[in-house]
Amino acid sequence: MNRIIKIIFLDILKNKIIVAYTLILAVLSWSSFGLEDNSAKGLLTILNIILFTVPLVSILFATIYLYNSSEFIELLLSQPIKRKKIWLSLFLGLSLSMVLAFFVGAGIPLLINAPDSVGLMMLIIGSLITLVFVALAFLSSILTRDKAKGIGIAIMAWLYFALLFDGLVLFLLFQLSDYPIEKAMIIVTGFSPIDLARIQILLHLDVSAMMGYTGAIFKDFFGTSVGLLISFLLLCTWIIVPFLISLVKFRNKDL
Amino acid sequence: MLLFSSFLHAHIIDVGPKKSIKSIKKAIYLAKIGDTIIVHKGTYKEGNIIIDKKVVFIGKDFPILDGQKKYEVLSVKADSVVVDGFKVIRSGHATLEDPCGIKVYNKKNVIIQNNILDDNFFGIYIQNGRNCLIKNNTIIAYGKEEQEIGNGIHCWKSDNLQIIANKISGHRDGIYFEFVTNSVIWRNISSKNIRYGLHFMFSNDDAYITNVFKNNGAGVSVMFTKNVKMFNNYFEENWGDSAYGLFLKEISDSQIIGNKFSRNTSGIHMEGTNRILIEKNVFQANGWAMKIQASCMDNEIVNNNFIANTFDMGTNGSLVLNKFNTNYWDKYEGYDLNKDGVGDVPYHPLSLFAVLVEKNPAAMLLFRSFMITLLDKSEKVLPSITPDNFVDNSPLMHSLPL
Repeated sequence: MNRIIKIIFLDILKNKIIVAYTLILAVLSWSSFGLEDNSAKGLLTILNIILFTVPLVSILFATIYLYNSSEFIELLLSQPIKRKKIWLSLFLGLSLSMVLAFFVGAGIPLLINAPDSVGLMMLIIGSLITLVFVALAFLSSILTRDKAKGIGIAIMAWLYFALLFDGLVLFLLFQLSDYPIEKAMIIVTGFSPIDLARIQILLHLDVSAMMGYTGAIFKDFFGTSVGLLISFLLLCTWIIVPFLISLVKFRNKDL
Repeated sequence: MLLFSSFLHAHIIDVGPKKSIKSIKKAIYLAKIGDTIIVHKGTYKEGNIIIDKKVVFIGKDFPILDGQKKYEVLSVKADSVVVDGFKVIRSGHATLEDPCGIKVYNKKNVIIQNNILDDNFFGIYIQNGRNCLIKNNTIIAYGKEEQEIGNGIHCWKSDNLQIIANKISGHRDGIYFEFVTNSVIWRNISSKNIRYGLHFMFSNDDAYITNVFKNNGAGVSVMFTKNVKMFNNYFEENWGDSAYGLFLKEISDSQIIGNKFSRNTSGIHMEGTNRILIEKNVFQANGWAMKIQASCMDNEIVNNNFIANTFDMGTNGSLVLNKFNTNYWDKYEGYDLNKDGVGDVPYHPLSLFAVLVEKNPAAMLLFRSFMITLLDKSEKVLPSITPDNFVDNSPLMHSLPL
């Protein structure tokens, strides 16, 4: 298993797209930290990277990589290796290299320019978001054999979580504004990994505003260690559940 | 000549456990007008001590006056009394009589300085005083609930007061002013009080300068007043639902200059406020730098720095009758082609999302989401929901050196 992970890991690191992704992240983060004398703008740029670029690249790259290595997967299947092992090592190889790219690109400037709880939180959350979207890529690529369809599903998933979901929440908020929906909204955020990530970072970044009326309710939940634990567990669920579904499908798949 | 002779006849009366006079009450009884009473180190449990003659009342090495949680400790009922260097502790607790650590009853020229007040219901209370000085006192209490504790320095219906260099914490309001005129509050530190750091009502023609108001329950509140000058104060870390760095209600013709507002939920909240000049202040890392309700009129906000606030502005309506000019906004994204330091594109400090959150606070959940950022950007280009005259026509490109 370790050897398969190693092969995939090294294969991806040689990939030009990953190198470009790392470079782009690095250029964006270093330049945004360098532009202003306070680190707030740089942090905002990295926040947007985590909420926007990281999910997109993670899910697209992983999906395409899986489709492109279908022959390699078939070759592996012809060997006496368990399917579970193959799939798991694919996942670990892919996610390790993506997390490494994020860490080198955005993590290093983050730790140098904002070496506090905000920076650390962003680093952890960014890595988790990478893992979530790699897992979603595994799911979307197993759902269909058709590469175009698979990539389509991946893009739709990204679009949904990055944009449409927030639109829906905003719509609900204003439609149901006459009802006490604050608590329900906390539950709703659990349905989108990007929202979970965003709120955790917000509580560190905009603490003064989040202490306002409704913010206090969020802070009471997300800001406590129990809430922190729950939202991390939820993020982990977002990694484990899609991957497990894809694993079951892969095991039973007729190749 | 008469004054001079009275000085010559002034005596010093020593009070202390090892002196001939052991009771403060007896010393006051024996004292003549103009005498000095020196109280030496020790604990004095004498109930309510009433100073009803013009005396200089000095404590050596902070003698403790203990109210035993039953009495008002020190009552000043004569003009020109000096109270200096006591440790006044444990006054009684009653909501009808408001027992205090030190209370001045309808007198003038009283000086209260260098005292420590610990665990009193009210700290220092000036009732109908004139020309009084309260200086260098440390006032501490341990209130938990608003109803169960009085104010640190409470001034009512007074004139010409000077409140200088006191440290107040743990009371209901740090400093409370009601019907107090022509007075100055200078170099005080008011922190961790349950309600307001400074509470200010119906008090015209006052100034508060270079004070620190930090981490109070609801910040500082200035209400129903005109001609107030607020210079060089620090308003910090007032967090919570209805907590403001500075809350202004029904204020007119006042000046807010050179203050620093940092890490408050709202830096300044204005309601029914008219003809105020807000100049050369720094707003940093607040949730809302300013909330200007639609009931405010003819206020001028000029030459301020707005840095790293979550929202620069908030409002509750579409009516804007205030002026914004030559401020520095760190969120400004315009350009400056002629290099005169003033941006060529007007800046709209009110973001769409600030309006949405005002209408529906739960929307805070979506803050900094990508979709909201998109909406905000398009609103900045083409204002449709936010009032288009909420605008700074000459935003600065670089922050002011404040």
